[in-house]
Amino acid sequence: MSKSTFYTSIGYKILMALSGLFLMFFLLQHLVINSLSVISPDAFNEASHFMGTNPLVQFLLQPVLIFGVVFHFIMGFFLDLKNRKSRSINYAYNKPSANSSWVSRNMIISGLTVLAFLGIHFVDFWIPEISTKYIQGDMSGMHNGEFRYFHELHEKFAAMPRVIAYIIAFIFLSLHLLHGFQSSFQSVGVSTSKTRMTFYKFGNIFAIIVPTGFILIALFHFITQH
Amino acid sequence: MNLTLEIWRQKSNSEKGALETYPISEVSEDMSFLEMLDVLNEELIEKGIDPVAFDHDCREGICGMCSLYINGEAHGPDRRVTTCQLHMRKFKDGDTIFIEPFRANAFPVVKDLVVDRSAFDRIQQAGGFVSVNTSGNTQDANTIPIPKDDADTAFDAATCIGCGACVASCKNSSAMLFVSAKVSQFSLLPQGKVEAKERVINMVNKMDEEGFGNCTNTGACEVECPKGISLDNISRMNREFITANVKK
Ligand code: HEM
Ligand code: SF4
Ligand code: FES
Repeated sequence: MSKSTFYTSIGYKILMALSGLFLMFFLLQHLVINSLSVISPDAFNEASHFMGTNPLVQFLLQPVLIFGVVFHFIMGFFLDLKNRKSRSINYAYNKPSANSSWVSRNMIISGLTVLAFLGIHFVDFWIPEISTKYIQGDMSGMHNGEFRYFHELHEKFAAMPRVIAYIIAFIFLSLHLLHGFQSSFQSVGVSTSKTRMTFYKFGNIFAIIVPTGFILIALFHFITQH
Repeated sequence: MNLTLEIWRQKSNSEKGALETYPISEVSEDMSFLEMLDVLNEELIEKGIDPVAFDHDCREGICGMCSLYINGEAHGPDRRVTTCQLHMRKFKDGDTIFIEPFRANAFPVVKDLVVDRSAFDRIQQAGGFVSVNTSGNTQDANTIPIPKDDADTAFDAATCIGCGACVASCKNSSAMLFVSAKVSQFSLLPQGKVEAKERVINMVNKMDEEGFGNCTNTGACEVECPKGISLDNISRMNREFITANVKK
């Protein structure tokens, strides 16, 4: 594959789809671990400690993830800008709702909302984690003689505004994936006349179940301490 | 019926254009949209006003010359028809109809509603053909067996008339539906397979060079395409583009 392969419209499309697919896979993994916090705090603590201290996760998967997220949204901005610039004079009267869905036309809006959420999420969880582990050098995962992960998570969801922000963000993530899931299979050329509808259906299920899962977990922690 | 037309008027590419209002009366619902414009132009000529320039040729939905963005949709509100096949019965007495040129930087306005779609010709020239070499013993096409499904899918792709409605409807001004139809119509057939790799690469590169936007799979093109060209063609082109680059 030559260098110029990716510097084409289809090349960008494929990279966008691959990073999106990777992020969806990550999301699923994240949901599974989060759901442990509802089922068994101990299991959640174990899983969190493993993810937080395993060198492979920390020094390989985590950087890949960060790169994936940053790449995805920078590419998203870039393509959105390029696409806007390909029509300098717009229609005086346009009726896009006649031929396409809102979610498909507003990936940048749903994406930006998710990005804003990622900002909060980093401040909430990621920065404190990194600070505890790599700045203070405390890799034990312990606080007052027990694993700290479950308590940290639980306490974060005491504040109503945070829970509301989470719910809004995950609704937008759902909108993003209602288009993004099937779109990525079209982008990488896997979708055919026989499979396209299956990707649509599966995408709708994924886009509703996964964000709803995150919302329910946040609500669970909110409700169980009020 | 009586209508109010809001028509984009622009003297030339270098001059600024604007919408202008033209009332028109006694429009028959049996008229085609272009016939309605013919009537308007007759009236304008009689009044000494420059008639509205618009593209047309066959007037039966096969040449792809007619264009027009009518009330926010390419080829107007009907489905699977070109503007020349659109009937005035799709509108009601008293309606205001907005008529604008197909908009995309790759389709510059020539005059009024006429745009230059020669970017499509240049994409075709980059690979949308099967080279026929004059060897003197070219095999008769009918002697090559082709699976029915492939022949049908290739034929469906070949019904693209190159009108540009896909580009006009796409929020990104992407030409992927057109290019993928032109790629598919050849690559599905044994005669076209020989040059399939170079074809997809050259046509995609030309498409990018002409300044069309990037596809985000909104599917607007498929809905507005007068020939019902399927999005499957876009996925097929993506697939072919990947394999062509991997096996280069
Ligand atoms: C966990 C978070 C995210 C996931 C799982 C995700 C997933 C996806 C997927 C699967 C696609 C479809 C790719 C394709 O059509 O081939 C996509 C497209 C897109 N994403 Fe995201 N995304 C996420 C975050 C973001 C963020 C933070 C932005 C910020 C701007 C963003 C902006 C976009 C844009 C603009 C597109 C459309 C680009 C195109 O189709 O060419 N996404 N995303
Ligand atoms: S794909 Fe459809 S809309 Fe696009 S140029 Fe061909 S016939 Fe016209
Ligand atoms: S004039 Fe030929 S398709 Fe409309």
